[in-house]
Amino acid sequence: MATTTSETQAPGARPGTARGRESKRYAAAGYAFIAPFMIVFTAMILVPLAYAAYTSLFREQIIGGSVFVGFENYSRAFTDPQLLEGIGRVALFFLIQVPIMLAVALFIALALDSGLMRLSKFVRIGVFMPYAVPSVVAALMWGFLYGPDFGPFAQLAEMIGAAAPDFLASNVMLGSLANIVFWEFTGYNMVILYAALRSVPTELYEAAAVDGAGPWRTAWSIKIPSLRPALMLCMVFSIIGSFQLFNEPKLLQALAPNVIDNAYTPNLYAYNLAFVGQEYNYAAAVSFILGLVIFVGSYLFMYLSTRRSRS
Amino acid sequence: MNPRFRRRTALKGLAAAAAGPAGLAACANEPPAPPTNLTQADIDEAMSTPTDLTFWTWVPDIQNEVALFEAAYPAIKVEVVNAGQGDAHYQKLRTALRAGNGGPDVAQMEFQMIPTFSITDSLVDLGPYLDAGMGEKFVDWTWSQVTGTGGEIWAIPQDTGPLGMLYRADLFEQHGIDVPGTWDEFAEAAAAIHEADPDLYLTNLPPNQGAFFSGLLWQAGADPFAGTADEVLQVDLQSDTAKRVASYWGDLAQRDLVSTDPDFTDQWYQSFNQDRYATWLTAAWGPVFLSGAAESTSGKWRAAPLPQWDSDADPVSGNWGGSTSAVMATTQNPIVAAKFAEWLNTDSESANMMATEQFLYPPTLEILDDPDFTGQELDFYGGQQVNEVFAQITDTVTEDFQWSPFQSQVYAYYNETVGTSFTEKGDAVAALAEWESRIETYADYQGFTVK
Repeated sequence: MATTTSETQAPGARPGTARGRESKRYAAAGYAFIAPFMIVFTAMILVPLAYAAYTSLFREQIIGGSVFVGFENYSRAFTDPQLLEGIGRVALFFLIQVPIMLAVALFIALALDSGLMRLSKFVRIGVFMPYAVPSVVAALMWGFLYGPDFGPFAQLAEMIGAAAPDFLASNVMLGSLANIVFWEFTGYNMVILYAALRSVPTELYEAAAVDGAGPWRTAWSIKIPSLRPALMLCMVFSIIGSFQLFNEPKLLQALAPNVIDNAYTPNLYAYNLAFVGQEYNYAAAVSFILGLVIFVGSYLFMYLSTRRSRS
Repeated sequence: MNPRFRRRTALKGLAAAAAGPAGLAACANEPPAPPTNLTQADIDEAMSTPTDLTFWTWVPDIQNEVALFEAAYPAIKVEVVNAGQGDAHYQKLRTALRAGNGGPDVAQMEFQMIPTFSITDSLVDLGPYLDAGMGEKFVDWTWSQVTGTGGEIWAIPQDTGPLGMLYRADLFEQHGIDVPGTWDEFAEAAAAIHEADPDLYLTNLPPNQGAFFSGLLWQAGADPFAGTADEVLQVDLQSDTAKRVASYWGDLAQRDLVSTDPDFTDQWYQSFNQDRYATWLTAAWGPVFLSGAAESTSGKWRAAPLPQWDSDADPVSGNWGGSTSAVMATTQNPIVAAKFAEWLNTDSESANMMATEQFLYPPTLEILDDPDFTGQELDFYGGQQVNEVFAQITDTVTEDFQWSPFQSQVYAYYNETVGTSFTEKGDAVAALAEWESRIETYADYQGFTVK
């Protein structure tokens, strides 16, 4: 940061001995500018992270107090079937939910951008609207809709004489959660993709038209390739969001406490370890491992997609 | 690294270095030593010294009782904070206790949570602060619930939940069913009523309500954590009594004679209003709660005691819920806090107000013997004197029932094992064994000596 400042200032600066002093002063100003951010960043992100990392190296028992155990919490976590099952579950969620959500978001963004859609402003806002609903409210609302005997779907099914699907049964639950997340975040991803589409230079479209490309061809060969960075952004957000799944299962847990257990997702597990089981140290270790999984997942995705684009 | 490296010491240094003021506050918050012989003069002095107390509670409108206290002791100001109900409250409480500041002086605490907080030295033993003979004002079992294994008094009872049965007189009559006096009769009625009307269940067995199941164990005479004290954890969910309760309910669930909806959910509320459940096996706080939750069924309900295992013996019941006022070890004013907890729950006017306005079912003999309270006729129950029914049940609650020192975790495991066996129509007795084994593993991990 500081060097960039001094470099951009350099051409206007006086030559000779004064220059060194000058750039030092600019450098100091640079540090002063970033100081408020760095202070808050350190106090609110770095210190808590370091503290959590430190905490994760101990084991505090209700009887016997706290002792240093090194990486014991981590080795326990790597063989903890509840944690591994939770990670597997969110991975499955990610593999199924995210492609569908991004494909639909992409489709809507392209449709809006094509300029052929009627009521496009209304559609844009309508699709985005669920994102503006707090996820707590969304989960409560869907919880009501999923109600096994008195929910609207169940009532509707009864009216036509069909058996009501049990949205809260253990074999359907992940799909029900995926549906809520789909409803919430499709609009959000759509807006990111749509904004990126608007910034594609129109010359490209003109060139394509001159070359005789129709709307489908333009979408496939120009629009989607130019969306790469935006799609990658959406993808990374989705990786993080999927693996950190918490609000939705936490709220549906009240409705299906025997389907969504305390370790249903890794985040839920970490929360319950700390606040129900009083295993703060192990919860810290689980959180770090979850962070690691997300980091590795995101990095792997970025690495693979950039490598593919080079080849 | 030295394995005996003490974290607390290191933490204090780190906290002081990194977060100056917070670190210092934590160090300053050592609880005052308990008094050796507290005189009335000491108490009078404390109660006339201007003092601010913080009281965490979820009881609606308790501000009214607090105002009475403040009028009686003008020097004391009590700030009432609602930090959530149940788990949300305890989580914040534990966080504040760990932080060493920001916590309350006095907090709402369910009976079942007292050992969870006394094991971590978070509660003040109120014994030295209380008036002599305080225990005699309370129903015996409520006082033994707040008494620790070493004779400490960890809290003052505020309300209770002896288990009874609320039933739909109209549905019983319609299907020609007598009020079941024993569990055998109850099972027969469950089969008869569900056969007559497939949309109707005699009752709902909430698979998420370990506290209710504990009440059933209590009634049956099982006391799974009996003998637990300090670092020794005794757990016995494999007794014949416990197995009997589990297999009875497991069987009803397997045969689809009871529904297994989680309670206090939309589905559950709807079921009361739409005539899906013919009874609610519930605690003494249930009747007034139900009258608000199922208004459309007003006048159709009646109250009766819980069915019995042994029709020849004296009737017995268990307890579900109910809470106390406990003084936190972080308080700087233990005398005032203890006296507040005592006054709030034993002063005639305050206790009466709680029983008649907040509808907390009273633990004090004074109110339970008061015809104004027991004679109250509730329209929702067709004018029945419901308080009287539960006052009689209160006398039949047995005294011996102990809670584990990590009750929230025990309930979490209940949901995963026994509760799930009910919803999946599995083997409840096997699930009971699994419940016990998870509790033992956890206890062992937390450093308890498991017996």
